[in-house]
Amino acid sequence: MRPLATLAVALLVSSPAFAEGMPQLDFKNPLTISQIVWLAIIFFTLYLLLARWALPQVAEVLEMRAATIGRDLDAARLAKAEADSAVVELTHATREAQASAQASIASAVDAAKAEAALRSAELNAKLDIQLNQAEQRIDIARAGAVGALRQVATDTAHVVIARLTGQPANDDAVNHEVGAVLTIRGQA
Amino acid sequence: MAAEHTIDALGQFRLFPALGPLGASVNFTQSNLMMLISSAAILWLLWAGMRPRAIVPGRLQALAEMAYSGISGMCTEQIGSEGKRFFPFIFTLFFFVLFGNLFGLLPFAFTYTSHIAITFALALMVIVIVTFVALRIHGLHFFSYFFPAGAPKLLAPLIIPVEIISYLSRPVSLSIRLFANMVAGHVMFEVFASFIVMLAGIGTLGVIAAIGPLALNVALMGFELLVAFLQAYVFAILTCIYLHDAVHLH
Repeated sequence: MRPLATLAVALLVSSPAFAEGMPQLDFKNPLTISQIVWLAIIFFTLYLLLARWALPQVAEVLEMRAATIGRDLDAARLAKAEADSAVVELTHATREAQASAQASIASAVDAAKAEAALRSAELNAKLDIQLNQAEQRIDIARAGAVGALRQVATDTAHVVIARLTGQPANDDAVNHEVGAVLTIRGQA
Repeated sequence: MAAEHTIDALGQFRLFPALGPLGASVNFTQSNLMMLISSAAILWLLWAGMRPRAIVPGRLQALAEMAYSGISGMCTEQIGSEGKRFFPFIFTLFFFVLFGNLFGLLPFAFTYTSHIAITFALALMVIVIVTFVALRIHGLHFFSYFFPAGAPKLLAPLIIPVEIISYLSRPVSLSIRLFANMVAGHVMFEVFASFIVMLAGIGTLGVIAAIGPLALNVALMGFELLVAFLQAYVFAILTCIYLHDAVHLH
């Protein structure tokens, strides 16, 4: 219905009969033309006020906002970069600290091992010395014992011979025999 | 009471002097008064809207910024990067027509866009500016606009008059489109409103029947609000398209 009405108006404007009834086409009325003059004045004034005063204000605020948002974004980007580098630094520091801790543990273990080795070597040396001394003492004791063995064997031989034969034994023969036996046994 | 109501659908468009004897002496009409009110409203919207200068806009500031960026976007989209130069003009044109359409819908108001003299004056201004811009940018080369490149030379006697007529008919179609839409809407308001009065004059049954045209007028108001925006938009976007042609020649 609406488009038809619009079309009807558009068509009727051109028909003279209808045009007479339309105040819009009453060009005998001076107001019909005078309103155009006022239109020109008002429109031009509105244009000047908008172009010079009102619209630049809006543009200014929009630019200010764009600048503020841009600045904030830049600041945020900068802060993020800083945070990222701090994280990298932290990771690096942690890794370094771990490495140095590992190294100091290893060196402490090495030092402890070295000291332990030194101690055991010292102890071994001491024990060796004591062992040698002990062996020497054993040798001396054995030598003493072996020396005493000849005397004991000789005395025993004298007693046995005296008891068996009833006569004192010949010293030289007993000495000779004991010496021979001891030599055989390897204990001379 | 004799129900001798006649439907005077066109009386609403009659012009009267406004602002008392002073207005009458300079032939200042109620149409011009509405123009002043619309202009003041446009300026007030931008002034009051942008006064807070807030980074996060309030409702009115958002409206003012939307008006600005909407028309600004239309200019750059339709005309191209040169569109920025014409932005204040398109902005003025769009809001002058829009507020004229909208304020015309208020009771006792007058719709200055329902006068062919006004719409034709605006359309003529558009076409003069468009032609001036085209001549300024392209000089005499502008006249090649009336003969498309690549068309057979033999057809020139046919194509050139057709192109010239279509160019000259632009202000006619531009002005009649807006004028006819506004007049049709307001005539229909008046007709249905007259029906209400006439039906109510019949009696109780008529009062009940008058609900019909009343409901129609309510629906029509919603439709007219849409048309008010649409016609202002069409006027502005066609101006942008003509300016695009003037700047780029096809």
